Amino acid sequence: MNRAYWMESKTELLKMARLRQYSLSTIGFPLMFYCFFGLAMASNTHVGAISASQYLLASYGAFGVMGATLYAFGVGVAVERGLGWLEVKRASPMPPAAYLLAKAVVSVTFGAAVVTLLFALGALFGGVRMPAAQWTVLWTVLVAGAIPFGAIGLAIGSFAGPNSAGGIVNMIYLPLGFLGGLWMPIDFLPKSLQQVAHFLPSYHFGQLALSILKVPTEGTVPGHVEALVGFGLVFAGIAWIGQSRDRDKIYG
Amino acid sequence: MPVAELHGVTKRYGPVEALRGIDLAIAPGELLALLGPNGAGKTTAVRILLGLSAPTSGEASLFGHHPASQYAKLRRGALLQVGRVPETLKVREHIELFSSYYQNPLPVAQTVAAAGLAGLENRLFGALSGGQKQRVLFALAICGNPGILFLDEPTVGLDVESRRSLWKHIRRFVDDGGSVLLTTHYLEEADALAHRVAVIDRGRIAAEGTPAEIKAQTKTTGLEDALLAIMNNKEEVLQ
Repeated sequence: MNRAYWMESKTELLKMARLRQYSLSTIGFPLMFYCFFGLAMASNTHVGAISASQYLLASYGAFGVMGATLYAFGVGVAVERGLGWLEVKRASPMPPAAYLLAKAVVSVTFGAAVVTLLFALGALFGGVRMPAAQWTVLWTVLVAGAIPFGAIGLAIGSFAGPNSAGGIVNMIYLPLGFLGGLWMPIDFLPKSLQQVAHFLPSYHFGQLALSILKVPTEGTVPGHVEALVGFGLVFAGIAWIGQSRDRDKIYG
Repeated sequence: MPVAELHGVTKRYGPVEALRGIDLAIAPGELLALLGPNGAGKTTAVRILLGLSAPTSGEASLFGHHPASQYAKLRRGALLQVGRVPETLKVREHIELFSSYYQNPLPVAQTVAAAGLAGLENRLFGALSGGQKQRVLFALAICGNPGILFLDEPTVGLDVESRRSLWKHIRRFVDDGGSVLLTTHYLEEADALAHRVAVIDRGRIAAEGTPAEIKAQTKTTGLEDALLAIMNNKEEVLQ
């Protein structure tokens, strides 16, 4: 039985790594954005006491992890659910938890790859220097951030159709990144949009990551963690509703 | 004791009655073909026996257990109609994954041979032909060494050669003592493979027996004519 969990995760990882629309875009976009905004344009800019290159390392790291997770769960589940593959698996003795674990393993692996590559870019070309402990904590917090976004992705995947899921994830992912202050510091946004940010999981994730860099952030660390846990639970509940609704669909 | 059984099963989707009281039993080693036009309720009956859908009333069981139980799942295999199978996995990877779900799976090489996939193990699923893809799905259904196979329109859309090839592998499974529930709207397929045929029409079993008995019942020589005779007869009764 344990073998099923291991095999499901390994196979899912192979499947997604070979799916270039996933592997290239989830790793490529955050790296590209960071090169433009974190390296090319911002080499001498500072946010508070730290360089923009360092600041944006945390925020694009959060953006990258969010993308890897939302696509793996949101698009992955919507396509497999909508086009019958999930049903083949449900008819088989696969442990249901293995299915979710495998998607989580993919999210965390790709999230970790994005963060590691961003760190390398920042250190090599952005002149970012931090004590080893700070690198480690930042890396860990960013990668662990996949968990609540996995629940959000699962909720999208449980309701979206197989053809529209990709578009829906984009429509959620990109605004979440921008409005949550992950593309540029939140202070750069108009005041009204800054108010909206407080209701977004991406904002809390970004602030949490930035707090490790000791830049002035809004709110408190426990507050952001609570918000992320809350978002995770609410969307896990929504996903549960979607999955149970699915169980008795119309077939001929 | 039957391997799989439906007893007085009805299924209603809102105002639509997909099944209106079905009794069906599959004996050990038997291949039962559920024959009927599209929308007759074949897939609904299979979904209920796989525990994917609950009957509105009546009972379904597999080896005396609930169809959705792990006990039942470990002893059956299913080839369902599926829109898209993950294409970036190799044939071997698909088979190894599904084998890992079972307690006593067949060795991968044996599954590969039993589904006619030798030489294709390292091919990506997306690079296979239609017939080869169906044979991979067949391999996933048999890899756990199940007692019964559910094959929901396994040869739909395949060319003659691919169809015959899949038939050969289905026959071999039955020769080795396995039971099969096969749904099809190809009469030729039911005639060629089935020990027994149940004709399903608008949610009811309209006729049941060996292919020869069904032809005799309706005084026809071909199963196709028999089927038409059964349906026409029912239409008259309904009107």
